[in-house]
Amino acid sequence: MLTLLVLLPAAVAALLLCVPRSAPRALFLCAWTATAAAELGLVLAAWAADGTPMDDGMRYEISTRWIPSAGVGYHVGVDGLSLPLVALTCVLFLACAVYTWHEGGRGTERMREYAALFLFLQATCVGLFVALDLILFFVFFDLSLVGMYFLIAGWGHSGARRAALKFFLYTFTGSLALLLGFVGLYLASMPHTFDISELTAQNPLSGRPLYGGLVLLALGFGLAVKTPVFPFHTWLPPAHTEAPAAGSAILAGVMLKMGTYGFLRIAMPVMPGAWRDFALVFVVVGVVSVLYGALVAMAQTDFKRMIAYTSVNHMGYILLALGAVAAVTTDQHTEEARHLAVSGAVFQMVSHGLLTGGLFLLAGVLYARGRTYDMGLYSGLAARTPVLAGLTGIAAFASLGLPGFSGFVAEFQIFAGSLGARPVATALALLGILLTAALFLRALHRVFLGPLRLPRVPGGEEGPVLPGHERRFGDIRAAESVAVVPLLGLAVVLGIAPRFVLDVVEPASHAVLHLLAR
Amino acid sequence: MVNSLMGSGAGAVPGNGMAGGMGGGSAMEPLALLPEMLLAASAVCGLLLGSWLPRTRQWPVAALGGAACVAGLVATAFGATGTAAFEGAFAVDTVTATARVVVLGGTALVLAMGAEDVRGHPREAEFWVLAQLAALGALVLAGARDLLPLSAGFLLASVPAYALAGFRKDGRGTEAALKFYVLGALFGVLLLSGTALLVAAGHGTSYAALGEGLGDAPHGLVAAGSLGVLLGLLFKAGAVPAHFWVPDTVQGSSSPVAALVTTVPKAGALAALYRLVAGPLDGAPVAWDALLAAVACASMTLGNLAAFFQRDVRRLLAYSTVSQIGYLLVPVAVAARTELARPALLFYVAAYALTNLGAFAVVCAVPGARGIDDYRGLGRSRPLLVAALAVCLLGLVGTPPTAVFLGKVGVFGAAVDGGWTWLAAVTAVNTVASLFYYLRWLAPAAFGSAAAERAAGADPLAHGPLTHCPSAHRPLATATAYTAAAASLALGIGSAPVLDLLR
Repeated sequence: MLTLLVLLPAAVAALLLCVPRSAPRALFLCAWTATAAAELGLVLAAWAADGTPMDDGMRYEISTRWIPSAGVGYHVGVDGLSLPLVALTCVLFLACAVYTWHEGGRGTERMREYAALFLFLQATCVGLFVALDLILFFVFFDLSLVGMYFLIAGWGHSGARRAALKFFLYTFTGSLALLLGFVGLYLASMPHTFDISELTAQNPLSGRPLYGGLVLLALGFGLAVKTPVFPFHTWLPPAHTEAPAAGSAILAGVMLKMGTYGFLRIAMPVMPGAWRDFALVFVVVGVVSVLYGALVAMAQTDFKRMIAYTSVNHMGYILLALGAVAAVTTDQHTEEARHLAVSGAVFQMVSHGLLTGGLFLLAGVLYARGRTYDMGLYSGLAARTPVLAGLTGIAAFASLGLPGFSGFVAEFQIFAGSLGARPVATALALLGILLTAALFLRALHRVFLGPLRLPRVPGGEEGPVLPGHERRFGDIRAAESVAVVPLLGLAVVLGIAPRFVLDVVEPASHAVLHLLAR
Repeated sequence: MVNSLMGSGAGAVPGNGMAGGMGGGSAMEPLALLPEMLLAASAVCGLLLGSWLPRTRQWPVAALGGAACVAGLVATAFGATGTAAFEGAFAVDTVTATARVVVLGGTALVLAMGAEDVRGHPREAEFWVLAQLAALGALVLAGARDLLPLSAGFLLASVPAYALAGFRKDGRGTEAALKFYVLGALFGVLLLSGTALLVAAGHGTSYAALGEGLGDAPHGLVAAGSLGVLLGLLFKAGAVPAHFWVPDTVQGSSSPVAALVTTVPKAGALAALYRLVAGPLDGAPVAWDALLAAVACASMTLGNLAAFFQRDVRRLLAYSTVSQIGYLLVPVAVAARTELARPALLFYVAAYALTNLGAFAVVCAVPGARGIDDYRGLGRSRPLLVAALAVCLLGLVGTPPTAVFLGKVGVFGAAVDGGWTWLAAVTAVNTVASLFYYLRWLAPAAFGSAAAERAAGADPLAHGPLTHCPSAHRPLATATAYTAAAASLALGIGSAPVLDLLR
């Protein structure tokens, strides 16, 4: 089941590359969309077949020997931590496929390779979230970097080659630190193994604070670059600004989650002792990311860059929650609160994926019309493109944590859970919400309200810049809205009725806390 | 033809010597040295055959060499390990078996990728014979457990390679051969004097005797002797401080020769280094492991730094091999400290050879393209070749699931387990640095358009888009590139049985 989920997009990608390039674009688009839809269907079927309430064990687990002499196995499975993320991955990839349909895909060069690359990326992202072996995890981690590098370098805007290189170098540094940490875990375990479940059961670093600290340093660095948190975030803004819109949506919506998911899946359960010892570091880094991300986002004039920095802010909340829960108490109330924080962190990953994915796709819509992300060049768009303005407004309000949207549920849980353990840090992080609200409102105000003004950029959307240019600045098209609306709709559904996701997440977050308390 | 160059004469003398020596060994263990004997026989027969064949149809010599390699591989697969020949002077164990597979397989790939390059050359047969003799030298280096066969193997691996480097007799080739030869002579002398000093200190040439004798010997004598021998082997491996020949030789000689000298002798030299460090030098009064770790760091760092802004792809690959040797020396340095070192070294050697040969095969498949800019836009005309290039270059970085990735995991594991986590960290940092220059080559090849390059045209190395001329296609070299890239992936994914064998 999970193997099919991983292999299906990879196989279709390989098939697409065998089709001659001269084949019509629609063929590639259809194959891509159909595969993404099938993937989503598979995940939903898996989710539904399992039913609720779930226990905290692994589902659809497969464990076979791969390289037994090196302690590496092909071990996959999903639980409440990974299932929502796998579902999120499939939703976002389907949205990207649908988004590419606008203009019949004419806006995209080399459609065959583009579609194949996205399918390949989907395989690696799904594979990462279901992997239960460190080497398998690392394989997908690294392959997702390679795929994203080619996507940014091949289909990005003018400075893409440079941004892609920076992205690859930074995250590759992180991935090697991660690998060193994995090797450290492997050597500490007895018998040597890379299997996450076995490592979790062994708790190999208990009673070895120095070794545990070093391994956590390597893992923490690797995952922090990926997440990204201050001060390892500098690759993020250029990568997002230069990437194509769909690529940004995947990068922010899915790939940033790999970092925080790694903390939840590997760092916390496998080395609870080291995590407790250094939890304060993660709390501090989280809060700094929250404030720094929000403040720098506020100073941006580039719409996409601004969204990129809000990602730093939103991922900071997750790290704050994960750090705050490490404070061990036996008090029943605190126990409940900690549990709330972990569930909130997972919920935030899903919510941020939907909302940021939506926002980046909307930024792409804006770019397709004005050929620039500079907010200063737009004004009063609400009059000309009311639907685009409305959708962006919804996404922005949801992203700043307005009640009724998924962001509120997530952030409320995080704050409620962290306040008891880390009151000062949580209070500081609350400021982040204020800042985010201010920056989103300001951006909406600048771009959509006021007198109508459009950028006059040569080579604007298909055709010369003439007085008629302004007429071409049309509202959002069907394919674009079909891609964006479900994402925002899901955010609303999750904001109003979050139970069906929380029912899945909560048993798993209980299990993580249980493991952390060892 | 025969009198045309120093190489054939010089190469034949040690070749005959070894063949005679092996006759003596085979009396005790008739089948233990079968792969070496097959290669020696095919080299000698090839030389004879080449003088009888018409000048334009000398391909049977290469075919014979290829057949000998394949037969040697089969013999290695079915031969017993754990024996020895020449009264213990030549070990036939896992290390030798791996080296045989790497050397023979690598030589076969070189013969395949070079076929079109050398075809029709007036001295074609000599090329094939010299390549086989150099490979034979690497095999002797890998198996030697005695200083005398070690020296013989060094010479046999070096002398034919000097001739090969200058094979084209053009300006660059001559410079390459000269530089290679002068440095080779220097380090050869160092190796021989080191051998003499060690014999004086340890009262014997076999590693077993040295292991006992060196303990009581004067420290200065042992240190000087070992240093000489190690430096000689580091020259063959192309590591810092004996790496100066690598860039010039690789850039100046033809691509198949470059592929050969950066892959095949290295496998032999690394096996020899491993045997020395884990054998007689373990427990010697000098901390050879720390010295080798320093050499490994210097090699990977200098190689990477020098490769950063190279615009000639072969020079770039040359420095990349210097840095790869640095990674390969890490398990050698910790050989005496952890059991993980040996499988890590052997697997990495095999993975590196395959991946490096794949990259050189791509270079062979696009004759006329020298600079990075000549590859611009290759992805549009030959997407599969660029895919092979991507697999090989990203493989050299250590991206999963290629074979080098698992090799690197093994190297990290060995370094950490040997107590030298800092060495693993240096390796990791260097790996990141290396990504930069591989991508400088790969990105234009994958995304650039030839038209943009023609418009720019500022690079002095650029010859224009020769690469896209259909007559320049070389099916055999292209097929070799595909094979090597696919094999590198297959070795990475299906590594379980291989790792089991190496344990």
